[in-house]
Amino acid sequence: MEWESVIGLEIHAQLATSSKIFSGASTAYGAVPNTQACAVDLGMPGVLPVLNQKAVLMAAKFGIAVEAEIARRSVFARKNYFYPDLPKGYQISQFELPVVGKGKLDVMLEDGSTKTIGITRAHLEEDAGKSLHEDFHGMTGIDLNRAGTPLLEIVSEPDIRSAKEAVAYMKKIHSMVRYLEICDGNMQEGSFRCDANVSVRPKGQKEFGTRAEIKNLNSFRFVERAINHEIERQIDLIEGGDKVVQETRLYDSDKGETRSMRSKEEANDYRYFPDPDLLPLEITEEMLESVRATMPELPDGKRQRFVSEYDLNEYDATVLTASRELADFYEATLRFSDADPKLVANWVMGEFSAALNNDAIEIADSPVNPEMLGGMLTRITDNTISGKIAKEVFEAMWAGEGAADDIIEKKGLKQITDSGAIEAMIDEIIANNPQQLEQFRAGKEKLFGFFVGQAMKASGGKANPAQVNDILKRKLKG
Amino acid sequence: MSLTNEEVKKIAHLARLRVNEDDLPTYAGNLSGILALVEQMNNVDTQGIVPMAHPQDASQRLRDDVVSENDQRERFQAIAPQTEAGLYLVPKVIE
Repeated sequence: MEWESVIGLEIHAQLATSSKIFSGASTAYGAVPNTQACAVDLGMPGVLPVLNQKAVLMAAKFGIAVEAEIARRSVFARKNYFYPDLPKGYQISQFELPVVGKGKLDVMLEDGSTKTIGITRAHLEEDAGKSLHEDFHGMTGIDLNRAGTPLLEIVSEPDIRSAKEAVAYMKKIHSMVRYLEICDGNMQEGSFRCDANVSVRPKGQKEFGTRAEIKNLNSFRFVERAINHEIERQIDLIEGGDKVVQETRLYDSDKGETRSMRSKEEANDYRYFPDPDLLPLEITEEMLESVRATMPELPDGKRQRFVSEYDLNEYDATVLTASRELADFYEATLRFSDADPKLVANWVMGEFSAALNNDAIEIADSPVNPEMLGGMLTRITDNTISGKIAKEVFEAMWAGEGAADDIIEKKGLKQITDSGAIEAMIDEIIANNPQQLEQFRAGKEKLFGFFVGQAMKASGGKANPAQVNDILKRKLKG
Repeated sequence: MSLTNEEVKKIAHLARLRVNEDDLPTYAGNLSGILALVEQMNNVDTQGIVPMAHPQDASQRLRDDVVSENDQRERFQAIAPQTEAGLYLVPKVIE
């Protein structure tokens, strides 16, 4: 039988505020355990939560970006469950009236087509603390620094049909929250993570199958693997005559499989009710105006502009606008050079991105800045150096040897454009390779490349390739 | 609406309350009485009435995003049953 998978994602994005959502404790990552957990975060008796305005504005900003309705009035609710990383015995979240309503997001798939994924809602809530299960004499250690960190939970419609689509959607949201500067997107530190609801059904069937929720997916790779594994597991179950049980499963990245997390009798029963400590949240037109005034250009708009303004193809524009940092770097490099936008795009996506990957560093820490790269690309454009030599110059800049012009000067990399000199060199090469010349003239045209190679080698890569081509063509004809 | 003993047991479990088997009928009766009292409100026509969150129609006050709390870990941990390496220790929980 042919199966279809149905997937919905719940993405948790930590909002980049300085203080917590309901208290004045710091949210800075990596602090000494429990030094950023105040009386409110600890759930001490008599404390009251006071909502952080910035978290509210950030949620609204996201809502505007996904064309969602922003609730003028939303309500905080208590989600009740007992776990030691949640000292109050409930998590403050939103249930019936979330701050962000229905929205949508266009996602580009691998084959270049675009798919619109519906966003059901996005709501504000507080993060829990961390449990450390290493051996503390058979006990569990609790660090509550993270407790109370603001989260935006972004819930998608069950519009996703494969693990790859899920990853594309998650990457788009990831790029979006970083463009909006509402989340740092750091997945290693847990600032951006996701749960996946997965079910399968025979292709063509309308009703959804029973779903399982996979928790704790903190990398794009794990999302893809966990969903694929879960789809296979469910199909195997059904084809073997069994049934899928609605349950929460945990992805084990070491084993590459999911396993059941909570037993049936612990079935989720959160008994949500409006939190009597918090009045309804009202978002005024003034607040919305202030948010709209700070909206940056979003990935889709930037991509379209790159296509129309710089004449780039869709693929290049998509890659360059995937992150705001890369897009900004590209445009800055353009400003510092006389080079063609396509040439700049090739270098930013190629050598530059590869060098970042190689050293595993972020753009902010790059030893080559837009001015340096732009300066070098200008030298390709004005024929001072060839594209091949430019790679050598780039490597030297990356190693900290200075600006392109200094490196070209110091290393004597200037391109040879004197046609007399190139002609003399080519004459010599032809004279030294009579056999190849004979074969070429007999019709073995592939040998043209051989002569080009010889010429470039003889010039130390510095001969202007276009001139070499022209002169060779003329001379080889005889 | 009247609650069964089983339902009371479940509610007690969710709230982590230990209830004696013998007391279940009493609790079931009391809780059902409360629900019956609340149920009377179903007779009131509330169509078109916005739920009231506060008698003065107030809305949530917001605070600026400023760190105002300093570290008081030592004082908090002085009243914790057990701590180690800055962590609060609790009976082992495993998912």
